Amino acid sequence: MTTTKKTKTVKWGDEPKLGWVEAMYLPAIVSGVATALKHAFSGKTTTRQYPEVEPTIPPNYRGVHRLNRDEAGRVKCVACYMCQTACPANCIEIIAAPAPKDDPKWKDRDKYPETFTIDELRCIYCGMCEEACPVDAIELTSIYDLTGLTRQEMIYDKEKLLSVYDQTVNSGNDPIRTNRGALGPASLEAPTAKQGPPPPGQGRHG
Amino acid sequence: MFEYLKEIWPTLWPTLAAIGVILAFVPFLGLYMTFIERKLAAYVQDRLGPNRVGPFGLFHAIADAIKLFLKEQTIPAHVYKLLYFIAPTFSLMTAMFALVVMPFGPVPTEYSSGFRYIVAPGIDIGILMMIAISSLSAYGIILGGWASNNKYSLYGAIRSCAQFISYEIPLGLSIIGIIAAAGSLNIEQIVAAQGGPFWNWNMFWQPVGLLVFFTSALAETNRLPFDLPECEQELVGGFHTEYGGIKFVLFFLAEYTHVITVSFLTSLLFFGGWHFPGLTGPVDSSLGGMLLRTFVLVFKVGMVVSFIMLLRWALPRFRFDQLMGLAWKGLIPLGLVNLLCVAVVLTFDLPKHLLSFTAIFIFVGSLISARQLQFTINRPRSAGRPSIAQTTSEVTI
Ligand code: SF4
Ligand code: SF4
Repeated sequence: MTTTKKTKTVKWGDEPKLGWVEAMYLPAIVSGVATALKHAFSGKTTTRQYPEVEPTIPPNYRGVHRLNRDEAGRVKCVACYMCQTACPANCIEIIAAPAPKDDPKWKDRDKYPETFTIDELRCIYCGMCEEACPVDAIELTSIYDLTGLTRQEMIYDKEKLLSVYDQTVNSGNDPIRTNRGALGPASLEAPTAKQGPPPPGQGRHG
Repeated sequence: MFEYLKEIWPTLWPTLAAIGVILAFVPFLGLYMTFIERKLAAYVQDRLGPNRVGPFGLFHAIADAIKLFLKEQTIPAHVYKLLYFIAPTFSLMTAMFALVVMPFGPVPTEYSSGFRYIVAPGIDIGILMMIAISSLSAYGIILGGWASNNKYSLYGAIRSCAQFISYEIPLGLSIIGIIAAAGSLNIEQIVAAQGGPFWNWNMFWQPVGLLVFFTSALAETNRLPFDLPECEQELVGGFHTEYGGIKFVLFFLAEYTHVITVSFLTSLLFFGGWHFPGLTGPVDSSLGGMLLRTFVLVFKVGMVVSFIMLLRWALPRFRFDQLMGLAWKGLIPLGLVNLLCVAVVLTFDLPKHLLSFTAIFIFVGSLISARQLQFTINRPRSAGRPSIAQTTSEVTI
C-alpha cells in the first residue's frame, strides 16, 4: 500500500507596496472622508428606538420561565425533579407533595409540587429544564425585559410562574411549544404502552 | 485710583467685555462641541446618536456636564499632589490664553473705540504670540503625565512632547509664507491683505501652505488621526488616565479650545477671515455689516470644525514612526519648498497666482519623493521574504 502524499499550495503574503499616489496619503484621506460623508448624509440608520419600537422576538427565544396549566387549570408539573436535575445552574428548587387523594379534582395525580421556585438571576436561560420535562410543564417564554429592584423579587415561586403562563399563553407570541405529549398522566393524550414514544420528527425536538 | 479708573474706562470696558464673551462662550461651545461630535459620529456610523434628553437630545451636553461636575473627586494615592492639580488648570489656561490675540469677529485695522471682537487689538506680533502660547500647552499635558506617576500617562506625555516639537516646525514654516505676503504679523492685517476678490484668499494661491498648516495644526490639537498622547487602545487614556470628574473636564475643554483656536486660525489665515464675495473691503462699523461679517467668520469656523470632527471618523490613527516621518520627511520639506516659492514670487514681483500652478508641481514632486522614500522604507523589511511575484510554493504534507 502506498501512502498518498498531498501537495498543497501555500500562498505567501506580503504587504502590498504603496504606489506613487498612495504614498502621499492624500487620495486615501479623500476617499475616507468621502465614505464618511456618504454615510453621514445617507439618512439611513440601523438604530432601533427600543422602548418605543419593540423588537420582534423569534418563537424559539429563551426568556422568562412559566409553568403550564392543564385543562383543569391545575399546575401541569408532576414534581418529577427532572428539570431540577438537568439544570446546570442549580436554580430550580422543588418540594414535592402527594396529591390530595380525597379531593376528586386531584384523583388522577400522585404528586404535585408544593413549592416550585426558580432563581431567575441565577438561571443561564439554557432551556435544559424545558427539554427535560416529561409532561411539558415548564417552558421558556419570549419575555426578554426582565427587571427587578431586589434579588428577592427575582426568585419566582409557583404562583408567579403560573401567572406568567396566564399572561403569555394567549398573547400570540408564546403558544405552548413543547407539545411532546409523551409521558405522564398530566400530558394531553397519554400514549398507551404499546404505542411507545412518538416517532422522531413529530415533537418539537424530533 | 478712582480718577485713574475713570480715565481709562473707555479703553478698559471693551477689553473686559471681550474677555467676558470669550469666557462665557468657549466653555459653552466646548460643551456643545462634544454633543455635535457625538451626533456627527453617529451619523457617519449610521446611528442616531444621543436623542433622549430634550428635543433632538439637545440637553445631553448639559446632563453630561452636570454628571461630570457631581462626580466624586478621587485623588489616586500615588500622584504628586501639587502638579496633579496644576496640570489641568494649566492646560486650560494656556488654551484660553491663545485666544487673546484671536479676532472672533471683524476687527478694523485701525484702532477704534467701543466694543471690539478681540481682547487685545492691534498687537504687532499677534500670530507669533499665538504660536508661542499654543506650544506652552504641551506643559499641561507633560505635567499631567508626570504627576500621574503612571507609566501609561508618562508615555502619553512623552509622545505629545515629541509630537509638539516636531509639528511646531512645519506649522511655523507654513505661516511664514502668509506673513511674508501680508508683510505683517498682525492677524487683522493678514486678514485685510486677503480683501478684494475671493481668489485673493490665501488658500487659493498657497494651497501647499494650507495643507501643511492644517495638518500640523491638527497634530497640535492632539486629535485623531494624531491623538497618540491619549490613544485608548494602547495607553488606557494617555496623560489623563488618572484624572476624573471636573479635572478631566478641564483637560477635555482644553482640547476643544484648541480645536476652536485652530479652526479660527485656519479661517483667518487661509480662508479670508470675514471676507466673502460681496463683503470685501475695510471693516465698517455699521451694525449690519458687523453682524454679517461675524456670521461669515463663524460660518467658516463652523465648517472647519465640522471637517476636523469628520476627519476623526474617517481616518485611522498614525503609528508613531509614521507620525514622525510625516513631519520630518513630508511636511517640513514641503513647507520649505512652499516658502521658497513664495519668496521667489514676492521678490521678483511675479503674479501671485503663479503659485497656484507651482502647487501642482510641488504635489507632483512630492509624489516622486514619496515614491523614493517608499523604496527605502520597504527594502529592508521585505528582504528576507519572497516577494508577491513568487508567492506560491509547493509544500508536501
Ligand atoms: S433555563 Fe437552564 S439554567 Fe435556567 S432554569 Fe432552566 S435548566 Fe436551569
Ligand atoms: S421536569 Fe417538568 S414535571 Fe418534572 S418537576 Fe420539572 S416542571 Fe415539573
